[in-house]
Amino acid sequence: MQKITREQLIDKAVSLLENGTVEAVLGWGKGEFDYDVTPAVFKTADELKAGFVWNDFCGANFSKYLVAKTGKIEGKILVFLKPCDTYSFNQLLTEHRFDREKVYAVGIPCEGMADIAKVKAVCGEGISAINCDGEKIAVTTLYDDEPVMVDAKDVLAERCVNCKSKKHVAYDELLGEEGEVVDSARFDEVAKIEAMTPDERFAFWQNELSRCIRCNACRDACPACTCEKCVFDNPNSGVENKAPANSFEEKMFHIIRAFHVAGRCTDCGECSRVCPQNIPLHLLNRKFIKDINEFYGEYQAGAEVGSRAPLVDYTTGDIEPGEVFDRRDKNA
Amino acid sequence: MRKCSLDSMNSVFAEIAKAATLYIPADRTDGAAVYTKWEEGVVWSNALNTVRSPKDFFFPQMENLMEFKTQGKNIEIIDTRSETEDFVVFGVRACDVKSFEILDRVFLSEPVDSYYAARRAHGVIISLACTRPSETCFCGTFGINPAEPAGDISVWKTETEVFFRSNTEKGAALMQKLEALTEECTEEAVDAQKEKISAVMKKLPLADLTTEGFGGGKTKELFDNPAWDELSQTCLGCGTCTFVCPTCQCYDIKDFNTGKGVIRYRCWDSCMYSEFTRMAHGNNRNSQKERFRQRFMHKLVYYPENNDGLFSCVGCGRCLAKCPISMNIVKVMKKIGGNNK
Ligand code: SF4
Ligand code: SF4
Ligand code: SF4
Ligand code: SF4
Repeated sequence: MQKITREQLIDKAVSLLENGTVEAVLGWGKGEFDYDVTPAVFKTADELKAGFVWNDFCGANFSKYLVAKTGKIEGKILVFLKPCDTYSFNQLLTEHRFDREKVYAVGIPCEGMADIAKVKAVCGEGISAINCDGEKIAVTTLYDDEPVMVDAKDVLAERCVNCKSKKHVAYDELLGEEGEVVDSARFDEVAKIEAMTPDERFAFWQNELSRCIRCNACRDACPACTCEKCVFDNPNSGVENKAPANSFEEKMFHIIRAFHVAGRCTDCGECSRVCPQNIPLHLLNRKFIKDINEFYGEYQAGAEVGSRAPLVDYTTGDIEPGEVFDRRDKNA
Repeated sequence: MRKCSLDSMNSVFAEIAKAATLYIPADRTDGAAVYTKWEEGVVWSNALNTVRSPKDFFFPQMENLMEFKTQGKNIEIIDTRSETEDFVVFGVRACDVKSFEILDRVFLSEPVDSYYAARRAHGVIISLACTRPSETCFCGTFGINPAEPAGDISVWKTETEVFFRSNTEKGAALMQKLEALTEECTEEAVDAQKEKISAVMKKLPLADLTTEGFGGGKTKELFDNPAWDELSQTCLGCGTCTFVCPTCQCYDIKDFNTGKGVIRYRCWDSCMYSEFTRMAHGNNRNSQKERFRQRFMHKLVYYPENNDGLFSCVGCGRCLAKCPISMNIVKVMKKIGGNNK
């Protein structure tokens, strides 16, 4: 259901490689199954034609890879950015995490990405082929004679259901049509949690976080987590980085992760996408974003390069810390 | 062989739970299946397999080994062992049953890991034949038959009935307790199911994957293969693959300072992590490429070299489903292995 085609993206990449603008292309690489996509670096037209994919399963956000990949090349690397990816791109630039000169960014429109878990919830295991066609996704399984037709909008990834923007905030060149910032319902779920009693809220997070296996995928996929050495990977820190040692440490990791990205998290949704235990990390992030919006006025991390985030800026209009106390009865 | 109706499985679970703690796959609030302690109301999941592997039962992610308490100049050593109760794990798939053999060879070789050994001795495995393998399944590559799972008792499930066959003394003892709830039967229905599954196995997308090109003695040939660069180029080093894997067996032992003493604990480690096997001189695998290579060389070369050719992967497909970048052992095998294309 993507409006831009794989062929258009390959043509663009090949022409930029051939005219010498870029020396490598960061793109989605073909896997074993039709929904299986691995971020890959392509260097030639042949590689692109054989292995580049663009379909409803290209959710992976490449911005963070630019930190490592731009360090390794002489010339420029081409990166395709969906609207939400451009916010991460800007945020990384704001934090001086990669060299803008080494990147050629092509903005591409996105109609929303599918979540394979949601697809499997409809058609079961044993997928042998997937064809994205218009509003429908045709899923062929080993167990059904006819393909199962799934409505693309019914299997959208959470972050795409609550898409915040179809507009690109960074690019050198744009393919296809530009979109608008979207009025999303992304804070509704947070509001529901805020409305819980403290005990209910504790039970909610206890249930979610107790599933954590501390694989650290949420941190490692996060474009806001780019410290050279994470504090949790310091063996002298006294906390375990690879096991939820007890229920205190289990929560501590999450609280620190969420606090560390507060004000910098663009709500790209990578953390929740990669979590093997389906923990809704985006809800923690969105709580911070919602609070920042309410306390300091609307702020979207990554909307522009170099913006002063409210948490690292002081204005005389800032709310007093006591506000937290005043809000206690609202459970917020 | 004995059988009971699918509807009466709750009574079977109840009967087993009378004698020992019983764990069965049940759906969690997020929809994924996990081994859950059975009690009235816990419903047997229809999922093909659990997100976390059953290795947790014998080799938990985290366990306290012992405690030290200091008082003045005295150190008291406290035995905190708890792995001494009988338990039953129901619904283990053929791939995961095989993973126990792989872990056994590590933990039960001299010097025997007594924590692991105690759990193995106290656990009864009831396996479950697969009826709907996933596209990510490739147990067949490692000679595992999903329709013929091992374990103390093997179970087959049809639309309406459940069939049991005990394979060991432990299994027979447990089956005896189920005598009143089950009846003697022929193997017809089970044989029909086996045939159906063997046809499905041939159609699986990974049916042709072979271990050719891997195994003991291949270190020199594979270690410096240039393809490791490309394979590992976008690996996040997150360790998800190692934590969901039923055969990953590395661990770390650490001391936790409680202020009044020390808790010595063991937890899973991951070769994908930067401080894995860090030594006084620093680390011997400094790049993600080296760490990534370690995982696959261990499973496909080093382990078989030390274990009579047995590979340390059972083709469960968990790493295929869970890696954030969808890089996995199948892609490695296809890229650098013999004739896999
Ligand atoms: S990705 Fe999920 S399971 Fe892994 S550390 Fe993060 S929250 Fe925990
Ligand atoms: S292979 Fe995948 S799951 Fe394993 S460490 Fe790399 S990114 Fe994480
Ligand atoms: S390497 Fe992957 S497929 Fe093999 S046993 Fe481990 S998780 Fe399963
Ligand atoms: S890998 Fe084989 S045994 Fe394991 S779940 Fe899949 S079909 Fe069953």
